[in-house]
Amino acid sequence: MVTGASVAFWLLAPVMVLAALGMVLARKAVHSALCLAAVMVALAVQYAALDAPFLFAVQIIVYTGAILMLFLFVVMLVGVESSDSLVETLKGQRVYAVLVGIGLVVMLVVATGNALVGDPVGVAGPNSEHGGNVQGLAALLFVRYVWAFEATSALLITAAVGAMVLTHRERLVKKQDQRERAAARMRAYAESGVHPGPLPTPGVFARHNSVDTPALLPDGSAAESSVSATLRARSSIRTPAELTAPMAARQAELSADQPAQPGIGHGPDPRLKAPVDQKDADLSDEERI
Amino acid sequence: MDPNHYLVLSGMLFTIGAIGFLVRRNAIVAFMCVELMLNACNLALVTFSSHWGVLDGQVASFFVMVVAAAEVVVGLAIIVSIYRTRRSASVDDANLLKL
Repeated sequence: MVTGASVAFWLLAPVMVLAALGMVLARKAVHSALCLAAVMVALAVQYAALDAPFLFAVQIIVYTGAILMLFLFVVMLVGVESSDSLVETLKGQRVYAVLVGIGLVVMLVVATGNALVGDPVGVAGPNSEHGGNVQGLAALLFVRYVWAFEATSALLITAAVGAMVLTHRERLVKKQDQRERAAARMRAYAESGVHPGPLPTPGVFARHNSVDTPALLPDGSAAESSVSATLRARSSIRTPAELTAPMAARQAELSADQPAQPGIGHGPDPRLKAPVDQKDADLSDEERI
Repeated sequence: MDPNHYLVLSGMLFTIGAIGFLVRRNAIVAFMCVELMLNACNLALVTFSSHWGVLDGQVASFFVMVVAAAEVVVGLAIIVSIYRTRRSASVDDANLLKL
């Protein structure tokens, strides 16, 4: 007999195993996190098939929603580009780990593969006893397991405080206020001539206006400080010649091809002097805007 | 649906998590493997709960999730603070206790 549970199992079990393998084998931590998310969502579906709707929701909300997002935050903090080193500090450790893993899976499958005999009872009965799965879990949680539940609250408080203590940083030097920063800028200007105003904006050209485009100085060189230091460190910024060359080449090409055509080249564009349309002229200033 | 299939799947996921924990050097990925092992245990617990017709297994699974959440918070905080001092998330670099 084909039930929804077996369809969900045979569809998702290979996906889960493959995603779990992908998590272990992926070089980048972000890919590992995404594979783990796939495993967790598929597990949630298994919970739903096993008549555990509360755990289905909690699995998605807490595990996939909260814990994995925490993982992703830390991956982004710690450096998404750092991939694993392949240097083995313990000789042959990988091989032994895989051998131990194969032994473990064989043992687990042999030991538990036929552990449950007889027809499953199913939790439909306990679920309906108190009016639903959530009510049944609540009845257990707040009566039989109430002390364990209280202990987890202490655990969560401790974990929250612990995380704050661990990631807290003491300020080593006093924070500069605005007056001190202004004084420091003026001192730098007086001593070494550093421009006290804001940094120049990036350049705007006919074909480039992105933030990695340097502005041109009057002498035709690039203003290094107009590009963010991070971008400067990450990649080489464009040179002025590179920026102005395509436009100059195009202009030369056009003026060589059609020297007589109005509007291109250095002569004034006659279209600019065309009379203003009567309809436009009738509109008041506000309407035109 | 034979509940033993769930147990086999749970065992496989647990093993993959264990192997990953042994071979991966990135602390964050090793931590994810721990989460995978906890998830595999949860699946076994829910399967037992469904097989015997009692909800205690689901309560246990719920507690595992709570503990996992607390563990992740503290563990990731440790990883971040180690990263701040050593500029690395590799478990091989945190070896100050080694002789």
